[in-house]
Amino acid sequence: MSHSVELADIGMTFGTTRAVSDVSFKVQAGEFFSILGPSGCGKTTILRMIAGFIQPTDGRVLIGDRDMVGLGPDKRPTAMIFQSLALFPLMTVWENIAFGLEARGMPRAERRKKAEDLLQLIALDGYGDRMPGELSGGQRQRVAIARALAVEPSVLLLDEPLSALDLKLRQHMRAELRDLQKRTGVTFIYITHDQSEALAMSDRVAVMSNGVLQQVETPRQLYDNPATPFVARFVGETNALSGTITQVQDGIATIETALGVLHGRAGHGAATGTQGTIYIRPEALTPTVTAANTLSAQIQRVDFEGSFALVHGQFDDGAALAASIPSTRLAEAPEPGTRASFSFATEHAVVLADG
Amino acid sequence: MGDLFNRFGTGLSTVFLTLVMLWLAGMVLAPNLMMIDYALRPNLPPAALGGPDDTYSLANITYLATESVHRVIFFKTIWASALVALVTFLVCYPIAFWMAQRATTGQLAIAMLLIIIPFFINEVLRTLAWFILLAYRGPLNSVLMGMGITDAPIRWQGDGGVLAAMVYAYILFMLLPIFNAIESLDRSQLEASRDLGASRWKTHTRVVIPHAKAGIATGFVFTFMLAAGSYVAPSLLGSPGSRWFTEIIYNWFFEGGDWNRGAAYALVLLVLCLAIVLVTLRIARVNLADVAK
Repeated sequence: MSHSVELADIGMTFGTTRAVSDVSFKVQAGEFFSILGPSGCGKTTILRMIAGFIQPTDGRVLIGDRDMVGLGPDKRPTAMIFQSLALFPLMTVWENIAFGLEARGMPRAERRKKAEDLLQLIALDGYGDRMPGELSGGQRQRVAIARALAVEPSVLLLDEPLSALDLKLRQHMRAELRDLQKRTGVTFIYITHDQSEALAMSDRVAVMSNGVLQQVETPRQLYDNPATPFVARFVGETNALSGTITQVQDGIATIETALGVLHGRAGHGAATGTQGTIYIRPEALTPTVTAANTLSAQIQRVDFEGSFALVHGQFDDGAALAASIPSTRLAEAPEPGTRASFSFATEHAVVLADG
Repeated sequence: MGDLFNRFGTGLSTVFLTLVMLWLAGMVLAPNLMMIDYALRPNLPPAALGGPDDTYSLANITYLATESVHRVIFFKTIWASALVALVTFLVCYPIAFWMAQRATTGQLAIAMLLIIIPFFINEVLRTLAWFILLAYRGPLNSVLMGMGITDAPIRWQGDGGVLAAMVYAYILFMLLPIFNAIESLDRSQLEASRDLGASRWKTHTRVVIPHAKAGIATGFVFTFMLAAGSYVAPSLLGSPGSRWFTEIIYNWFFEGGDWNRGAAYALVLLVLCLAIVLVTLRIARVNLADVAK
C-alpha cells in the first residue's frame, strides 16, 4: 500500500532564516520522486517536514490526503533512511531490521521470521546474526532499507543514502533501489544533490534552489525544457550565452548575442525585447559549420572521459564553451590551441528570459 | 616507556620514573602493606610486641563475622551504597541526556556551571548545609509545615538524610561519565528509533542506555566507592540507627584504641568494594582502562 504526499504552500523559518518558502507539489502514490538541489537549498528540511521531525511554520503536509499537522514521526505512515543510515551498532542485523516491529510489540519469533523474509528481499540471507559493523557499505545500505520497509511504510523517505558509497556501488545501488521501489510499490521520496542520480532513478524530479521550488518535471522534460535559468544551469552541463530576444515566433526565439544572432526553442518567459539567455547542451554542439547557429571559440583542452570527450574552450565574449564529442568520432575533435567552429540545431537549444 | 626516553632524554626520564616509583611505593604500597600487617596481628600492649603472642592470624577478620552488630552495619553499608549509586543514577540520567542531546550550547554552559559551582565548596561544608536544611527545626520542616503538608516536624536525619547528602555530593561523578557517553551518540540514532515507532522508553532502553553503558558503569563504580568510603555524611546526618561501616572503623582507631581490628575492618571493606566493582565492570563488559578515561 502506498500513499500520495502533498505539500500545500509549506514554509519553514528557523529564527530569521527562511529555509523553505511556499513550496507546493504532489507526489503520486507509488511514484519515485526526487528532490534535487545544491546543499543548503532546503531539500533536507522538506524531507524532515514530511517525516514529522519538524513541523512547518506555514502550510500543510498531507499524506494519503490526511493532514499530518502536529503528528510526530512515530505517528506517520512514513519511514526514513538517513544519510548516515543510523543503523543501531549494538544490535545484530536482524534485530535492526525488526526494531520497528519490536516497538510495535510483535512477538520475538514472528519478528525474526519477518526479518528473515526481508533479508531475502535484499539478498542478504544468512547475515541476520552479524553486527552492522561487520558488513560492507552496500550491505549496510540494504539493511537500512530493509529496516525501513519492515514497518510497511506507505512512503519511504531517503536522505542522500548513496552519498557515502563509491561510484561503482552507487550505480549498482541505483538500479537496486529502483527495482525495489517497483517491486514494493511504495512511494519513494529521494533527496539528492547529484543530478545524474535524480535523472536516472526518478519518475519525476523537483528542483530546489535557496528554499524555492524551481520546477517539477519528468527527468527528460527537466533536461530539455528547463523552466528557469537555475534549472538550465544546474541540471546537466550547458553553454549559456546571454543577449536580447529580438523575435519569438512559432515557438522559435531569436536572440542577439555578442557572438551573433542565434535561434532556439522559446522557453519560459521568452518575449520579444527582453533580456534572455540561450542554453545549448554540450552534446548538441557538433564541430561542423551550418548557415545558422554557428559559434566559434578558442579551444583550450580536450578531456577524454571514456565514452565521450569534452572539449573546453572560450568564446570571444569570454563565456565558457563545453562541447561533447562521442568517442567513436574523436577524430573530429579540434586540437587545443586552435580555433574551431561548432553548430547546433535550433530544436536542441532553449531560450529563457533572465531573472 | 621508550617514547618517554625519546622525548625527554635518559636523565630526565630516569628522574620522572624514580619520582613516580617513590610516590607509588611510599604513598600507595607501603600504607596498604602496613594496613594488612596490622590487620593480621593481634592488638598487644607495647611490651608484648615481638613476643610469643605476636603471630599472624585471621582473628581480627573473623571477629567481624562473629560480631553481629558490626556485621549488620557492614552489609547495610554495602547495599546502602548501592542504593546511593542507583538513586544518583536515576537523578543524573535525565539531566545527562538533556544536556548531551537536547540542550543548546548556551543552556549546556549554564547547566554545567550550575552543577559544578557547588563543587567549589568543601564537601564537609556542603554536607553541613544539608545538616542545616534538614534540621528538626530547620527550613525544610518549616516550609512543609507552613504549606500544611505536615503538622509536626519530620526527623530527616538518619537514613533519608544520609542518602540525600550522598546523592547530592556524588552527582558530578555520575553525571559526567554518562554525559560524555550520551554525547557521542549520533542524533540520527534517536530519530531513527522514533521514526520506526519506538516509544521514549524503548528508545532509551534499547538505544541510549546500551550506547552509554560504559559511562553508566563508570558512574556506578565511582559513586559506589565514594559512598562506601564516605565518613562525613553519615557522621553529620546519620542517627544512631543509621551508622555507616566507616564510622565503626573510625571508632576502632580513635576510640577503641584497637588499630589492628580497625585495619582488619578497613581491609574487608576495601576487598569487598573492589570485588563488587570488578564484578560490575565484568557484567557491563567495561575494563578498568575505560573507567580511567
